[in-house]
Amino acid sequence: MRFLDTFFDGAVMAKYLPDLLSAIVTTLWLSAIIVVGGLALGLVLACLRTLGRWYLTLPIVAFADIGRALPPLVVILIFYFGLPGLGISLSGPMVLILVLGGVLAAFAEEIFWAGLTSVSKGQWEAGRATGLSFAQTLFEIALPQAIRMGIPPLVNRALAITKMTALGSVIGVKEILAVSSSAQSFSGSATPLTMAALAYLAIFLPVVILSRLLERRYAWAV
Amino acid sequence: MLEINQLEKSFGDTQVLTSIDLSVKPGELVFVIGPSGSGKSTMLRCCNRLEEPTSGSILLDGEHVTACHGAALDKMRLKIGMVFQGFHLYPHKSVLANVMLAQVKALKRSKPEAKARAMEMLEHVGLAHKADAMPSELSGGQQQRVAIARALALDPKVMLFDEPTSALDPELVGSVLKVMKQLRDEGMTMVVVSHEMDFAREAADRVVFMDGGVVVEAGTPEEIFGSPKSERLRAFLSRLHPSDA
Ligand SMILES: Nc1ncnc2c1ncn2[C@@H]1O[C@H](COP(=O)(O)OP(=O)(O)O)[C@@H](O)[C@H]1O
Ligand SMILES: [Mg+2]
Repeated sequence: MRFLDTFFDGAVMAKYLPDLLSAIVTTLWLSAIIVVGGLALGLVLACLRTLGRWYLTLPIVAFADIGRALPPLVVILIFYFGLPGLGISLSGPMVLILVLGGVLAAFAEEIFWAGLTSVSKGQWEAGRATGLSFAQTLFEIALPQAIRMGIPPLVNRALAITKMTALGSVIGVKEILAVSSSAQSFSGSATPLTMAALAYLAIFLPVVILSRLLERRYAWAV
Repeated sequence: MLEINQLEKSFGDTQVLTSIDLSVKPGELVFVIGPSGSGKSTMLRCCNRLEEPTSGSILLDGEHVTACHGAALDKMRLKIGMVFQGFHLYPHKSVLANVMLAQVKALKRSKPEAKARAMEMLEHVGLAHKADAMPSELSGGQQQRVAIARALALDPKVMLFDEPTSALDPELVGSVLKVMKQLRDEGMTMVVVSHEMDFAREAADRVVFMDGGVVVEAGTPEEIFGSPKSERLRAFLSRLHPSDA
């Protein structure tokens, strides 16, 4: 019974459920913006890189490398506590969106780029030889193949990044971990943390299962 | 129809084509032979500017292919069909979508119009029943016939074939050659790089022998195969058929 009292205390659950529900909503919309924005930015950067201009490639590669090398928490702290010194004050959710969206974009750019470079030269030549422009060949022929190749790593990366919304707890974002750990310290019960774990499972397990289905759907022989 | 004048091509310091002159008349099938590395592919690829000629000019129906840029070049390429050794069908698109894509995007045909034309062309190469298949479900010979249909659907004035049967299992070669023969009989202007000498004898109007980036000899199939003048051509032919030598 000690176990149940510690991790599944009914009274504590009832008390903090409303707070937790609104934290779940916060985590969900933050994740949605980060994933959509990060993937879109990564895709745009990879497309720009195909133009092969050094003044585009250089900053894109620098962005991708730095974004992948830095621990997101460090950047989050710098943005939240450092930028106000320059007169730029960003809200906690804004910092989370910019940093995690940027990190996802850095990884996504590399994944899309890897996909684009593995599309054979013959595919490009077939497109151009039939009168398609560079852009049409990119969007109709190369990119769809690159995206399909990138789906498994993209899903994994997007999952990893959205779980990092928990880092919002250090800059006052009322997402799942922040709300449940403050509930834990107020109530002295570990139950809110259990609820957090269950909430994360409820959000991410379906996504993981969906990603398996997606992978199977796009695992076609070239 | 297609005129190549004084075409030169270098990759860096390596000169690959030297003073190539070739004139292809409407409805003519010109067959290009030569050892590997002699510049056959490069010559074809210069004709639609997949390779940029170093100098010289290429004219299609009196229009300068070599003077086109950007959108004008894309338009010009619509008139020049190309079939590759490796087919290069789009693996993520159905057979029908492969044949429709450039019709819709480059020729700006409506979808129904493009679809009708695509089905007509697939019928032509004997693959209308595979319209909904994915390329990976087809044999090499079928893929190459789809690639031919994809090029033909754009109503090109000339068709360039770069070793269209070299990647095929021997038993599948015939089906592709049959389609090419049929095209020729319909009056399509064609330049064919290939090692299928029997096909050349049967279908070519003219045979061009290239070696070391130059046209060494050109003539009717009878002249080229029956009484080769140059030593290099004789050596090339005897390597192909050691038993006849
Ligand atoms: N992109 C390239 N860069 C450098 N050299 C090339 C390139 N493409 C072809 N070559 C060279 O040009 C020569 C002619 O090649 P190619 O036209 O493919 O000959 P063929 O089709 O007759 O076998 C070869 O020596 C080849 O190595
Ligand atoms: Mg070749």
